[in-house]
Amino acid sequence: MKLLRKKLDKIKPHFQKGGRFEKLHSTFEAFETFLFVPDTVTARGAHIRDSIDLKRTMIIVVVAMIPPLLFGMWNTGYQHFLAFGIEAGFWETFLYGFFRILPIIIVSYVSGLTVEFIFAEIRGHEVNEGFLVTGMLIPIIIPIAVPLWMVSVATVFAVIIGKEAFGGTGMNILNPALTARAFLFFAYPIYLSGDDAYVDGLMNGEGVIDGFSGATPLANAAQGNIDAIPSSLEMFIGTIPGSISETSVVAILIGAGILWITGVGSMRIMASVTAGGLVMGLLLNIFAVNPLMEIPAWEHLIMGGFAFGAVYMATDPVTASQTSTGKYIYGFLIGFLAILIRVLNPAFPEGMMLAILFMNVFAPLIDHNIIQANIRRRIKRAGASEVSNK
Amino acid sequence: MSKVIKLKKGLNIPLQGKAEKELIEPGLSKNFAVRPDDFFGIRPKMMVRADDQVKAGTPLFFDKYNPDVFFTSPVSGKILAVNRGERRKILEVVIRRDEEMAYEEFAKSDPLKLSREEIAGRLLQAGLWPLIKQRPYGIIPKPGSKPRSIFVSGFDTAPLAPDYSFIMQETNAAEFQAGINVLGRLTDGKVHLNVSADSPVPGIYANTSGVQLNYFSGPHPAGNPGVQIHYLDPIHKNGQVWHIGPQDLLVIGRLFLNGKVDFSRIVALTGSEVLKPRYYRTMMGASVDNLLKENTREGNLRYISGNVLTGNRIPYNGFIGFFDSQITVIPEGAHHRFLGWADPGFDRFSASRAFLSSLRPGRKYALDTNYNGGPRAYVITGEYERVLPMDIIPQQLIKSIMVEDIDKMENLGIYEVIEEDLALCEYVCTSKTEVQSILRGGIELMIRETS
Repeated sequence: MKLLRKKLDKIKPHFQKGGRFEKLHSTFEAFETFLFVPDTVTARGAHIRDSIDLKRTMIIVVVAMIPPLLFGMWNTGYQHFLAFGIEAGFWETFLYGFFRILPIIIVSYVSGLTVEFIFAEIRGHEVNEGFLVTGMLIPIIIPIAVPLWMVSVATVFAVIIGKEAFGGTGMNILNPALTARAFLFFAYPIYLSGDDAYVDGLMNGEGVIDGFSGATPLANAAQGNIDAIPSSLEMFIGTIPGSISETSVVAILIGAGILWITGVGSMRIMASVTAGGLVMGLLLNIFAVNPLMEIPAWEHLIMGGFAFGAVYMATDPVTASQTSTGKYIYGFLIGFLAILIRVLNPAFPEGMMLAILFMNVFAPLIDHNIIQANIRRRIKRAGASEVSNK
Repeated sequence: MSKVIKLKKGLNIPLQGKAEKELIEPGLSKNFAVRPDDFFGIRPKMMVRADDQVKAGTPLFFDKYNPDVFFTSPVSGKILAVNRGERRKILEVVIRRDEEMAYEEFAKSDPLKLSREEIAGRLLQAGLWPLIKQRPYGIIPKPGSKPRSIFVSGFDTAPLAPDYSFIMQETNAAEFQAGINVLGRLTDGKVHLNVSADSPVPGIYANTSGVQLNYFSGPHPAGNPGVQIHYLDPIHKNGQVWHIGPQDLLVIGRLFLNGKVDFSRIVALTGSEVLKPRYYRTMMGASVDNLLKENTREGNLRYISGNVLTGNRIPYNGFIGFFDSQITVIPEGAHHRFLGWADPGFDRFSASRAFLSSLRPGRKYALDTNYNGGPRAYVITGEYERVLPMDIIPQQLIKSIMVEDIDKMENLGIYEVIEEDLALCEYVCTSKTEVQSILRGGIELMIRETS
């Protein structure tokens, strides 16, 4: 460690003002602070500061994503071998998925971080840790069939248009990872909503065993093939076709537990998304006129991207509502709208992505109303106290 | 009518080095200083120069904006130096104490028999008016103004703060009562004496007449006057409320009882790097070197007049601040930590639950001055709310100050808070935002724009 620190201290002056590599200042800073917590001490205000920083927070979110990621790797192999009728052991299955997914993650990080570093250098500020999470989210919310170049294009699009255009992490209005997915969804719909996109190898179509369908439960449901929907247990465990890491509710719940115990993810949002989804599901059950509307409300919670969106997407603090009360409203409406779109809009079999993006846009409005209510309450109270003192 | 106000939000930072309940009388140190920076918003104009002889209570300088407001010497002696900084800004007036203390003579009288103007006049003349703070803004009140009510917070919840149930045992009840009587003449409203519901109420408080006793319970910042005012007499655009600390009140009481300016006070010497954390009888403005001598650990240390959240950094031979009853010594944190983000953190305290130290509640820590990260844009929401027991949305208030939106600042509560109220927000901030200096900037802007 000491040796590394010495090396860093030796080359540091080159990256500071007037140094040879002054232009790479932010890049150096990003790598240095990744290795070492800076030695800066408090100069004004509070003399001590909490141990937490953004790196820690973001790393915890990444750790919370590992269970669904690992499951997604295994499931990618499992679905592939199932489609082609090949017998395979656990490790073979897992490694198949591992080597399919690893390149996607690398491409996402490399293209996204490149853009981030360039913007940080231009703006002259530090590289924000937010992309650690975004870069991991993008690869695992898309179908396995999406080609690498599309991943790269979508990531660059999301970072530039979804984030940097607004001023970088903390300033963005839309969830960057979902921006990437929405970009793919509308630009290359066949890869995001076709029945063949969710199982690796299906797109080529050769060698697939007879009768295998790569359709996701929601696609089946939308087409009225209610009988083709897998059992609730299968959907809960996640041995079904779907976007890479969205299928296993078990793995997602482990991640939710990590976010909850560490206090990094907002329980308010997770709970209210679930509540909103349940309420909408029940309403649809009451007025059911077709099999899709008859799907039990609770079953909606384990289908599609609902659980993943509730735990990892809706809870993004930057794009969510910022006030505590606002978080309940924001979350509830996400769940509510997601099921509404899912069931009543035939064009979109899944509604989670659109519901979250939609509520991202409306979160500032929710906050505005909460803040106005606070202002009114405060004025009223101050007025009352003045009267009582007269 | 007394009531208990229970606060849930807030945070007690578990620091090592709480002062043990033993009072030491080390005698007065040689050098004293009065620092104009202890008073927010004044423009000092010197009345003495180096080598002048002063007595305890002799005016040293006055405020150009309010020429009636004098600041006086705590001791008799010779002016050693008037230290100036950039653009000749006065940093401190240093006085070398005489062996024999000489006092300026003031009239002794019962405050209950004096008019409001007479009382104000004496406080101004003796240099005790600046002990009073006005909300909004935490500034010295204008001599002609009148508060709706006056608050005395009888306890302190800040990290390692002195225990007033101990300090008040060692003080004179008559002085405290005289101080309260003075306050009673300054307002037509109530004098609130707020005490902790979590610890025994000092006898002096319980036996004081002319006050309304209110009980507060909960973690820091329950002891801050700003929080207490928020619950008992909230302020908005109109009207003002004053507050004063219990030991400052004793100084006022002594003026009226003894006819002397006597800034003596008991100070808690605290912090993980202090060998013998105890209570010391000393005086406002006194040099701390005689308390710290052979009483701190080795190493690079940070000396603070006040507590770790709001105190001022002072040198080893620095001076006790005008309003401070606490000296804190903690280690400096100028060191790198390898892969800090991956540290499981068994021994790293955090208000969040992101470190394994949250599995070991009740442990005390020797925290240092490291930032533990770098400044970032706001990402995390909801963490400020957890440490502010007021009906204020702190993050939005800070944002409104950042964009200098005066309307929003007013409406979101800038009248109700000063730095110490939002100090915990600064401590917990994941993005390492300088909340206190931003807030002070906002208050300066408000004063400029609305007066």
